[in-house]
Amino acid sequence: MATPDLHAYANPLRFRRLAVAFTPWLLLAGLGLLGAGLYAGLFLAPADYLQGESVRIMYVHVPSAWLALGGYLGMAIAALSARIWRHPLADLCVQAIAPIGALFAGICLVTGSIWGRPTWGTWWVWDGRLTSMLLLFLLYLGVIAIIHLHEDRARGHRMAGLLAIIGTINLPIIKFSVEWWNSLHQPASIRLSGSAIHADMLWPLMLAALGFLLLFAAMVLMRMRTLIAGQRAEARARRLAARLG
Amino acid sequence: MAARPTAKRQRLILALAAAGVLAIAGVVATIALQDSAAYFKAPGDIAASPPVIGQTIRLGGLVKDGSVQHAPDGLTIRFVVMDNRAELPVRYKGITPDLFREGQGVIATGAMTAAGDFEAQQLLAKHDENYMPPEVARAMEKGGHPLKSAPNTGA
Repeated sequence: MATPDLHAYANPLRFRRLAVAFTPWLLLAGLGLLGAGLYAGLFLAPADYLQGESVRIMYVHVPSAWLALGGYLGMAIAALSARIWRHPLADLCVQAIAPIGALFAGICLVTGSIWGRPTWGTWWVWDGRLTSMLLLFLLYLGVIAIIHLHEDRARGHRMAGLLAIIGTINLPIIKFSVEWWNSLHQPASIRLSGSAIHADMLWPLMLAALGFLLLFAAMVLMRMRTLIAGQRAEARARRLAARLG
Repeated sequence: MAARPTAKRQRLILALAAAGVLAIAGVVATIALQDSAAYFKAPGDIAASPPVIGQTIRLGGLVKDGSVQHAPDGLTIRFVVMDNRAELPVRYKGITPDLFREGQGVIATGAMTAAGDFEAQQLLAKHDENYMPPEVARAMEKGGHPLKSAPNTGA
């Protein structure tokens, strides 16, 4: 009763109703925006004065990086609220986000590597930014692994949540790695003070990023519905087994 | 019913305390890593504390304008890497990355020679944070805004 607002959405049935209503719109809008953003990025936006055409990898690489970081923060907040408020859906939210975040971190690493080969002259270096981003990918994999490590599901969620929370320390390290330490990776182009990306390239990037974000949200909602359904099926099977046994 | 909010508050306080400890640990680790986590040394760093001759290090900075010289063998190049504090002549034998050019950032892996120049085994081009179409870049150059930003040499 202390936090009625949060718990209003804790009811899995009510959550499911909302998720069912929102998912198709998120999917539709996300696909539309992403399609428009990628079309603009690949065909309308100009090539770069130095990088040439390879600059176009940015329209996938940068949104993936943002979502990998933002998704991790969301996952850690869910893990924290699972520990503090015992929100019944929070642990499922952690489990729902982890593989999607890992996917985007993986896309970020692979596209970055493909861009790095012609631009820098190497697929990979162990500088601060690349290393901390690889660590983020491994943290996601660790969270996924630990959830399934324990026979006791609640215990697995608790340990995975702990890793998710501790891992947030990596987020500012990723963000500021290019400022704190000499690195091969360039510093941020988009800052509060303005953008070092020309407007003709910036708007397709923002469209693509928004599209990826909505798709990310839709995928998380779909995965949460799957996990809730799995949980209910498991509970039903247990009840049935108890009755028969 | 009264016990629940207290337990909740206790968990919240514990979580906040843990977050505080974690943040302090992060700051300490970051400060400790300051030197070892740097991917390269700038010419100024090398001038300030010269490395052992023959020891493999990475040198990063801007390729000085007008300094690139191609040797007759067609493979060896000489150029000067600089930052706002010092300059260092570099020799490299091999294929240069596409983005290698005067005024751009570069990271060379190699070692100092007894002669006082840097012998590079590997050469990587550094890209800066500026993204723009070629026409804009030309217009900016013409307008007297050179497109060379200072290399990212950290704090």
